[in-house]
Amino acid sequence: MFSFSDRTWLWFAATLYLAGFILGTVALLRERRQSRVWMYILIVAGFTLQTVGLVLRGRAVHGCPITNIFELFQFTAWSATSLYLVIGPTFRLSLLGYFNTCLSATLTLVSLLIPAWDIARMTKGFSGSPWIEFHAALALFSYGVFGLLALTSIMYLLQVFSLQRHHLRGVFSFLPSVVDLDHINFRLLTAGAVLMSAAVAVGYVHWMEDRDSVAAIKILITGSIWLAYAVALVLRLRGILLTKRLAWTCIVLFVAALFSLGIIESNRKTPSLVPVTSQP
Amino acid sequence: MSEPIPPTLFTLGASHHTTPIELREKLALTADKMNAFCERLSQLTGLREYAVLNTCNRVEFYGLADSTATVDNLQREFCAFQGFSEAEFHAIRQHALNRDAIQHLLEVSSGLDSQMLGETEILGQVKEAYAAAQTRHSTGPVLNRVFQKNFQYAKHVRTHTAITEGQISVANVAVDLATKIFGDLAEARILLLGAGEIGDKTAKAFQSRGAKALTVASRRLERAQELATTLGATALPFEQWSSSLADFDIVVCSTAAPQTVVTSQAIQTAMKKRPARPLFLIDLALPRDVDPSAVEKENVFLYNLDDLAKIADENLAARTAKVARAREILIEKANSIWEQINNNRGRADYP
Repeated sequence: MFSFSDRTWLWFAATLYLAGFILGTVALLRERRQSRVWMYILIVAGFTLQTVGLVLRGRAVHGCPITNIFELFQFTAWSATSLYLVIGPTFRLSLLGYFNTCLSATLTLVSLLIPAWDIARMTKGFSGSPWIEFHAALALFSYGVFGLLALTSIMYLLQVFSLQRHHLRGVFSFLPSVVDLDHINFRLLTAGAVLMSAAVAVGYVHWMEDRDSVAAIKILITGSIWLAYAVALVLRLRGILLTKRLAWTCIVLFVAALFSLGIIESNRKTPSLVPVTSQP
Repeated sequence: MSEPIPPTLFTLGASHHTTPIELREKLALTADKMNAFCERLSQLTGLREYAVLNTCNRVEFYGLADSTATVDNLQREFCAFQGFSEAEFHAIRQHALNRDAIQHLLEVSSGLDSQMLGETEILGQVKEAYAAAQTRHSTGPVLNRVFQKNFQYAKHVRTHTAITEGQISVANVAVDLATKIFGDLAEARILLLGAGEIGDKTAKAFQSRGAKALTVASRRLERAQELATTLGATALPFEQWSSSLADFDIVVCSTAAPQTVVTSQAIQTAMKKRPARPLFLIDLALPRDVDPSAVEKENVFLYNLDDLAKIADENLAARTAKVARAREILIEKANSIWEQINNNRGRADYP
């Protein structure tokens, strides 16, 4: 019925995320409590359209659509949003939907607005192994979790700032409590670290079988990101890395993780690159 | 033959606006008096429907009377019943008819007419007054419509104008801040340092928002025990509070000590034992009990009396700024109710 290309569906999704972000911003500027229902509807609609776009792209690449930077950004945004759809209603963290639309709109729009990121894609990039594809998907899903963790860390810092500096009006008045945000940060850090550890474990098994299949720089960067998150979790568990320092660490690590995607992608040992043709 | 004069909707009473507390005490109706006076009202000729709103800030009658003369009779009866000078009552009374009476009830219910602008307790009190009137069978089609619509519109105004947002008392501001730090207060452990009146008020505000674990420490142990008993809390010898500081999430300080009681060193020692859990220090004492440098410490939140008062003032100013908009909405709603009443006049079940 709707024979749009995968990119068009992804544009629709990005527009809905942007609409959610604008709706939330207007409510904040007017110092009104955000409509949780409308925000959730917009995010669900955006997520559904993004899923359609990624399914179409997945059919084209015969696997998980994570074969170039454009798809990596899209998949990370999709992962963060899918997680939000689960934990948003569960923990009822006000403003998390708003911050999620901000992250998803940014990742999806930036990836759509840079055509160079989607000119070519890998073919047979996962060596035909479903395990290595699972490794990549799991690793990117953990990036989505870390993306959400970066958002809740920003919310935590804003709430602490507002309470310590006595700026309690405007956006600050709608933020969740410090303790609630600290709890959710810990859970997200744990979940992300576990997912990434599983991804690294699967990747390690594959790498042991074929040591030439992965560039050293990719191993170094991925290993560093994983190690950094694992160390952050251990330090949090031991009561050494806490409160604002933990929040800043999570934000910095996520920014580093995003940048690392580009470096990993450009250093991937790809068997071949093919031009991207949008799939209806 | 001339048209019959339609019944008059009225409100009559006295409130904090014009009546000082000494007079409000004399006008207030205790439960027994209320029953006795309502029996008299039921006998009052020409009074078709009525409800009585009796709170610490107002005594008001809402009703439907055959004429304004009936309202005058009601006033006379009330003053006689309370042994109050009718001339004096006339000087302080608040009186409105028909559409204006509806407008008044709407403003009362939405908290616009309250001493603490935008307070929400009044809506519950109006609901109780209406329920009591229904139990007495003293309401009819007109008051039923007025009150039911009134509840709906009072809620509408609160939702759409933020007239009730932000706390405007120091104790409630402190509790609001605590919820911003800890979320649910049911698990929060609270220490009252000092057993004075302000500490007592703040403790009650915390309890009203679900706080359960309260401990009182005062230089006079018997005073601490007395307050602890009143609050259902635990008393702690004053010399032990410092070593137990790490066990508490919220500390309400209101001692009369001339120097700092909660030192930077004590806070630092406590935070070493609980680095992951925030500590909220509420300093209500003058001179201050808490070392001001505590604000620099990680995971410590410090608010003194001035800070809390400033927030309360800002919230009040924000509420006041919404009054005009709220009143605009209520005028529209009062007109709508009045129009509905007039449209229904002449119906078999309508007076």
